[in-house]
Amino acid sequence: MPALLKNLSRKLGMMPFGFHGGVEVDQRKLTASMAIEDCALSPVLILPMKQHIGEACTPLVHVGDYVKRGQKIARAEGYVAAPVHASASGKVVKIEEHRIAHPSGMGLPCIFIEPDGDDASETLEPWEDWAERDPGELRERIRMCGLVGLGGAVFPTFIKLVRDQRHAVETVILNGIECEPYLTTDHRLMLEHADEIVAGLAIIRHMVGAREAVIAIEDNKPDAVETMRRAVVAAGLEDVRVTVMPTRYPQGSEKQLIQAITGREVPAGKLPVHIGVLCQNVGTAQAVFHAVRHGRPLTERVVTVSGEAVPRPGNLRIPFGTPVRFVLAGRGLEDLNDIHIIHGGPMMGERLRNIDVPVVKATNGLLAVPEPQMSSMQSSEQPCIRCGHCSEVCPVMLVPNLLADHCRNDEFTRAEQYQLFDCIECGCCSYVCPSTIPLVHYFRYGKGQLAQIRRSEAFAEESRLRSEAREQRLEREKQAKAARRSRVRKTHAPAEPSDNNATGKEES
Amino acid sequence: MTQFVAAVSSLGAFALVAGIILAIAQKAFRVEGDPMVEKIDALLPQTQCGQCGYPGCKPYAEAVASGEADVNHCVPGGERTMLQIADLMGVEPKSLEEEAAAPMLAFIREDECIGCTLCIKACPVDAIVGAPKQYHTVIADHCTGCTLCVEPCPVDCIDMLLKPELIEHWAWPLPDTTRARLGQERRSQHAGAA
Repeated sequence: MPALLKNLSRKLGMMPFGFHGGVEVDQRKLTASMAIEDCALSPVLILPMKQHIGEACTPLVHVGDYVKRGQKIARAEGYVAAPVHASASGKVVKIEEHRIAHPSGMGLPCIFIEPDGDDASETLEPWEDWAERDPGELRERIRMCGLVGLGGAVFPTFIKLVRDQRHAVETVILNGIECEPYLTTDHRLMLEHADEIVAGLAIIRHMVGAREAVIAIEDNKPDAVETMRRAVVAAGLEDVRVTVMPTRYPQGSEKQLIQAITGREVPAGKLPVHIGVLCQNVGTAQAVFHAVRHGRPLTERVVTVSGEAVPRPGNLRIPFGTPVRFVLAGRGLEDLNDIHIIHGGPMMGERLRNIDVPVVKATNGLLAVPEPQMSSMQSSEQPCIRCGHCSEVCPVMLVPNLLADHCRNDEFTRAEQYQLFDCIECGCCSYVCPSTIPLVHYFRYGKGQLAQIRRSEAFAEESRLRSEAREQRLEREKQAKAARRSRVRKTHAPAEPSDNNATGKEES
Repeated sequence: MTQFVAAVSSLGAFALVAGIILAIAQKAFRVEGDPMVEKIDALLPQTQCGQCGYPGCKPYAEAVASGEADVNHCVPGGERTMLQIADLMGVEPKSLEEEAAAPMLAFIREDECIGCTLCIKACPVDAIVGAPKQYHTVIADHCTGCTLCVEPCPVDCIDMLLKPELIEHWAWPLPDTTRARLGQERRSQHAGAA
């Protein structure tokens, strides 16, 4: 009977379905009560040509050019891409490769801007009448404004905002979960800009024609729930549901959140749209509102600067391209001895080896933690004791210990059979492992090796086709030559000038 | 007696029918070429570099399939390819004679190129474009780094460069733990001993 009640209340949307596994993590939301502040303007802004998942952009400006804030300075190449806009007015001083926040420590071409402090800006035409506009037109606007998912995956937003006949979107979910410890950017956004987020949701809903809309917030943010509920009513969108979810990591992961709310799983290798769901971060919704309503491209974002080693933690609105060193110095952190800087949250973020990298669209947090706190994770790996804890917490129901064995032994085909590519790298398994096995690191290694094998196989296949085509062509040329010779001999004409312009072209 | 005739004739009739079916099947389902050659060729990296002593990947695959060549002569394929071929052929793995070099890329210094087209003719994968008395250039995405174009160039204007590393193609290394290292060492020893 209780099970029946539970099921009924879930069906009625009164209780979330939840997802498999997950962990309870120490929240450490040090900055939850701190209002969003503007970050000071850095003397130089470094804008990488790729701040999204997909293909890199091509610079549109030259050294010495004057640019305004919001001016497009790099063009998107290809479909999965988002253009880059100047995040302050000023002069382009150089365009060269610079380190970015990437585990490889490698760089990308970047545009360096020296801001002049005037803050002259350029915006597109504000659209107050968005409700009468065509979804395709709105989609193009969002594409032009360089919007990407601000939850951390930085997937170009316009791609998701499409009306597809085959996969109609029924449910829009706004993700205000923010399950990573320390991070409070979405929390503060919901408290301070609830009206803009709700307006963004209305635009998104208009674009995809969704019947249902849900705003999901974890129960550790009751004030945000209250504010969002009020904002929804104020906007006259009574049918938008604000759902309170029990706090559990990694609930903010797109597929886990969809499962927790709708009770349906996104199949392996498929996208949420295949089950009629669209999921957007609350920050992205606010950016959609600004792009459409005010014609403002994405040039800044809110970043949580936190961690026990930061003297003055806070939530900062930072223009893209601001060096991390400048941001930290602004919060009183200059001596970086024995301190680890993490880009992103503590569970999924990367440790920065170099802090001259710029803040980009993906930067949702910058954490500084004293080294001893981290060292327990670094301590050497012990043999697996088969406790099974990793399988219990895995939100995609993998068997992490076996998977890690296969990756360690370079048995990549085996690892693939164990669904390596379904791993979302949430880090729950590494978090609970009593033998401190760096499980996620093994999975990343395995994924990287498999990708390399695939690439070289594809290249080999392409080379084989080229080589075969060449062989055939040479054969054809030989026959043509022989045929010509015999013709020449037949007519007893003087020998033709030898064919010395064979340049490897088809026609010869 | 009649039983004997019936047995012989019925079995004989059956054998005849079966024989006809087999003959037709042999014609209808005939396999073109040697499937083993195709399978080995599919495992090779297709650089067409000739470092194995054969004029390309296909000829080497043919030599291996016929038992003429050993499984360990593909230099760019490295250990992985050797193990796969050994596995396919059902023979013992052999240690490699040469270490695979880092992936290379041919680069033509265009201002020195005289437009002789010799490198174009040498390229096994048509990765060089150009015309007589015109500059030639290498299509970087198609170059397999086989170095076959370097030798024919009369003015030595072709360099072999290291293939540039792309951030998109960067892969995580193994975790830096004792267990991961031990496993790696044991594997390389095993391959070396074989």
